[in-house]
Amino acid sequence: MSDCLKEKVGEVLLPGDVFSLERKPEKVICGPGLRRNGDEILVCKSGIFRHKHPNMYWIDSQQKRYVPAKGESVIGIVTAKSGDVFKVDVGGSELASLSYLAFEGATKRNRPNVKVGDLVYAQFIIANKDMEPELVCMDSCGRANGMGVFGLGGLLMKVSLGLVRRLLVPQSALVKELEKVFPFEMVVGLNGRVWVKAQSTQHMLVLGNLLEGCENMTAQQRHAVFRRVADSTP
Amino acid sequence: MANDNATKLSKNLLRMKFMQRGLDAEVKKQLEEEEKRIISDEHWYLDLPELQAKENFIIEERSFVPCEDLVYGRMSFRSFNPEVEKLMVLMNTQKQGEEEEEKEEKDLTKMETDVTDEEMARRYESLVGSMKRKYATKRERSQMQDEDGKRMTETKVKKGFLKPQD
Repeated sequence: MSDCLKEKVGEVLLPGDVFSLERKPEKVICGPGLRRNGDEILVCKSGIFRHKHPNMYWIDSQQKRYVPAKGESVIGIVTAKSGDVFKVDVGGSELASLSYLAFEGATKRNRPNVKVGDLVYAQFIIANKDMEPELVCMDSCGRANGMGVFGLGGLLMKVSLGLVRRLLVPQSALVKELEKVFPFEMVVGLNGRVWVKAQSTQHMLVLGNLLEGCENMTAQQRHAVFRRVADSTP
Repeated sequence: MANDNATKLSKNLLRMKFMQRGLDAEVKKQLEEEEKRIISDEHWYLDLPELQAKENFIIEERSFVPCEDLVYGRMSFRSFNPEVEKLMVLMNTQKQGEEEEEKEEKDLTKMETDVTDEEMARRYESLVGSMKRKYATKRERSQMQDEDGKRMTETKVKKGFLKPQD
């Protein structure tokens, strides 16, 4: 069953490609870009077909539009307060709702101090294509773990979803090069939003430009740019 | 006159408990049948072939996080924000820890033993005696106790104080 999938690993697939699997008791997990249709797997995004041991398959695609998925951590902008929920813009098709009780240490009496326009780092607890997505700012044990309102004096920008994933891959080469430039802080949301903060506005702008420039650069080009930045900044 | 009155009574009234006594068998049957019909009309059912419950071998996953093992999204470098650096270490080791645990679970084909076989054998040796005592009759038990007592006295004799020599 997985043989026909394994053959295609590393190839470029297009929407509409089909893997029809003859029935054998073997489980397959199809990740983003793949869709189940009865006993078939349909490709619904164009990109490179990837595989992770033992049975995970997905399409590594480039896109800018974010589609909420359960469990993903994103950067949202609070756009409205309505009753006991905040409406948060996460870049998806619909505003996500964030309950005021979904913060660490929040009770009915002790409301979190969230204002319209604040940035929140939160994760999706409900993300369904037919329903309004819902965010929370704590984990299953009720701890914040860095989630919640943040972003005093930083710079927020929007990059592609592919670049965000390149930043979040373990031992990311891009992050290793960035951290050599200057000390800084970064929050990366899987919805394509990146927030950086450094000692001065100039540093933040340099980082922002570097990140945006990294989008379409080969490794060599990137090395050259980073070397030039390192030389020019004391 | 009386007959005319009976026909005028409504069906709903006849169905009531206190009216049942005066009814004859035929009318009763009729009423029951009607009731059944009403119930069966009200119970709808789907006119569909039975769905076969098949085990699903394809699981859908909408997120990239488990696919690419993406790390925690907050980061700080060169101690710009020490709090976040602490969190980074915590969150990223948690994930690694989980993976390692999974590996360890796979490696552990043999259970770890807290008690060696020899210890086990020694324990059971003494256990045989105590279990024997438990299931013995009263007489046997008293005999056993006597034996023990004899042994005790013997040992006591041996352990008796010695007179100090002047």
